[in-house]
Amino acid sequence: MTRFVLKRLAGAVLVLLALSVLVYALFYLAPGDPARLACGERCNPQQIAQVREQLGLNDSAFVQYLHFLQGVFTGRDHSTGTSVTHCDAPCLGLSYQNDQQVTQLVLERLPATASLALGAMVIWLLVGVGTGLLSALRRGGVTERALTVLTLAGTGTPVFILGLLLLMAVCAYLQWLPFPSYVPLGEDPEQWAWNMLLPWLTLGFFESAKYARLTRSSTLETLAEDHIRTFRAYGVGERSVVARHALRGAVPPVIAVSAVDLGSMFGGAVLTESLFGIPGLGKTLLDGVRTIDLPVVVGVVMVMGTAVVLANVLADLLYAAADRRVVLT
Amino acid sequence: MTESPLVEVSDLTVEFEREAGAVRAVDGLSFTLGEGRALALVGESGSGKSTVAGALLGLHRGTGARVGGSVRVGGIDVAAAGPAELRRLRGGVAAMVFQDPLSALDPYYAVGDQIAEVYRIHHPVSRKAARARAVEVLDRVGIPDAARRSRSRPHEFSGGMRQRALLAMALACEPKLLVADEPTTALDVTVQAQILDLLHELRRETGTALLLVTHDVGVAAESVDEVLVMRDGREVERGPVAGVLGAPSAPYTRALLSAVPRLDGPVRTPTEKGETLLEAAGLRREFGRGKVAVTAVDGVSLAVRAGETLGVVGESGSGKTTLGRMLVRLLDPTGGELRYRGTRIGSLPERELRPYRRELQMVFQDPVASLNPRRSVGESIADPLRVAGERDETRIRGRVRELLDRVGLDPDRYEAYPHEFSGGQRQRVGIARALAAEPRLIVCDEPVSALDVTTQAQVTALLAELQAELGLGLVFIAHDLAVVRQVSDRVAVMRGGRIVEQGTVAEVYGAPQDPYTRQLLAAVPSLDPVLAAERRGRRQELAAA
Repeated sequence: MTRFVLKRLAGAVLVLLALSVLVYALFYLAPGDPARLACGERCNPQQIAQVREQLGLNDSAFVQYLHFLQGVFTGRDHSTGTSVTHCDAPCLGLSYQNDQQVTQLVLERLPATASLALGAMVIWLLVGVGTGLLSALRRGGVTERALTVLTLAGTGTPVFILGLLLLMAVCAYLQWLPFPSYVPLGEDPEQWAWNMLLPWLTLGFFESAKYARLTRSSTLETLAEDHIRTFRAYGVGERSVVARHALRGAVPPVIAVSAVDLGSMFGGAVLTESLFGIPGLGKTLLDGVRTIDLPVVVGVVMVMGTAVVLANVLADLLYAAADRRVVLT
Repeated sequence: MTESPLVEVSDLTVEFEREAGAVRAVDGLSFTLGEGRALALVGESGSGKSTVAGALLGLHRGTGARVGGSVRVGGIDVAAAGPAELRRLRGGVAAMVFQDPLSALDPYYAVGDQIAEVYRIHHPVSRKAARARAVEVLDRVGIPDAARRSRSRPHEFSGGMRQRALLAMALACEPKLLVADEPTTALDVTVQAQILDLLHELRRETGTALLLVTHDVGVAAESVDEVLVMRDGREVERGPVAGVLGAPSAPYTRALLSAVPRLDGPVRTPTEKGETLLEAAGLRREFGRGKVAVTAVDGVSLAVRAGETLGVVGESGSGKTTLGRMLVRLLDPTGGELRYRGTRIGSLPERELRPYRRELQMVFQDPVASLNPRRSVGESIADPLRVAGERDETRIRGRVRELLDRVGLDPDRYEAYPHEFSGGQRQRVGIARALAAEPRLIVCDEPVSALDVTTQAQVTALLAELQAELGLGLVFIAHDLAVVRQVSDRVAVMRGGRIVEQGTVAEVYGAPQDPYTRQLLAAVPSLDPVLAAERRGRRQELAAA
């Protein structure tokens, strides 16, 4: 197993390298002048040229990429016109916009995104797997039909509509909660939870529709298998058949899909973050793209890539633990 | 004594709702089975025999099937039983042994835990005690090192061991009746013999009654006192096993029995053989590299002549399918030599191989899986013609009609899709497709093992007819020794990737030289109950030796 993990981690490094090359390539193919945007509206061409020189944009794309790699592996010095700052490895560069170290920026934003993603996952696992299981057991009945409509509605409603509706209902109309504003976990755990509640519910409900359908279909599939018949034929009660045998077979696919979703959410659930004003990676990425702030974009993409790869390794390990027929190589 | 029999089925009907209307799977069946007795329900697929087995345990409840008539097992009225009584019936009074031992156990739990779970339904004991009971019964059915192996998952067991584990599960609760639905169908013949012997022994020891559901008359002859032959949900004939199998009175039973290939049945009359078509020398095939390398075929030499059938017989994992695929170059050999009419084709590059591809064709085992379900059978049969470069649509149509007619299908069914055909008809389509390219040699890999015996007989007859007419060389790969004996001129017995014995049918079956061949032959179930008992003795001798 150790070998498997090491192999996968080595693979992860390659994936991240490929990703960074891709982002750099896209960046140079895209229109727009980051120097002009970084300098501000009132800059004259000389000033813009100066900024461009400072940001190193006059070097060839290849050289810039090498500098990026150098920063990641050994750290590098940045001159900001007046002074030189050292940026330790792993250095993802300085933001074109405000000279902030991207590594630091990303690390600052990560907790907000992580709390959103993990909390939402708890909701979608509880709600999604719960409804999926229920509709599998009550198939053909009114309950199932109602749940099918609900999950369809859930998949069909854009996440920002869902979020807005929740905001309006809970904060404006019923006034159960104040409008959420992000409070870091370290500062005040209780406030953190209360303020994250709506974002969690929004993202969690939105995702749970998918999990309900996944759970339903894999439970039904398992229930149709021969070994279920065996236990029924030996007098094992229906509840036990479902809880012990059918659910067990339905879990592995849910694990696999959850891991991928969780990973990609670390790139930021952009809409949810924007809607609730959560200072997370999604918002950062959006701003970075808008201002053609290459180091920020690359930085967020690297975090997202790492999260996806790690989540997949974790999913494989969990999958193998859940299903002993799976051999990790 | 006026005590009622253990199983009393009277006027049982079972109907399933289908889109096309209700289908009556069982139609007015009545029988009884006394304590400690054994009855076999014998019939071809679709005869309703498994449906009857399910009805004994009330397994049709809640499935939408309509059950009529009455079924009483151990004094319990199955149709009227409440949930608690039904639970007692299932496992406690009557225990079911299912067909496919791989899928019949939960892949996620240890075998011992599954047996313990079932045991605790019927006996209020601690987990530990139930676990101990599981180990005890696993040991009883001959799982070596039962305490340790009880912690294994089903996939870590071989097919035979899984079937033993299922028997152990049934035994654990000490039922009065074992209902065994095709308990040995998925197993190799030697393993089948072991399981049947075990079943025999366990019944002698515990006095459990047995209801055996099987399509294999030989398996029934080995195991029961009475036989009930079923067809289309009705009883055709019932009586003591020796009587029904020895002197059947119903025409259907006679037809069924005459279609069963036997080790003492007629063999082919030798005919004129033509030139040598295919020759293999030291043919090898490995899969994987390094430590995980497996040698599937390990130095096989054989020859097939025009107009001749070479039977290749072996158990699962013996390498016979790998060999068959190499013979038509669907798989590349990793060693040895393969010659077709003198040309070395074993390592010929694909481009140069093309002219020979046409002449070497294959018929596959599973006629469902080997035909594309989304294309009409006519199109499937036309494929080899198109590959050979034929472009003229009318000529293609004409030729396909001719082929359909030749294999005994209606030529107007060009546009029909595979699911509209029965298993036997689909296999005929497979044969027509192989014939389309006008081959000289056809490798048939288990061509009849998915078919009922009567259909089996028709397909083998068709192959023999085509061979006589076209002078085809045939390689007939199968696990069924009796079928191979019936269709072949010469036979090769495979084990572990090697041919352990090769010769004419008379040599191999009449005077087997290799101990493995002898073991295989002793394991084939006999239609004669007396002979079956004799064979059982011989198997024990062979096992002891």
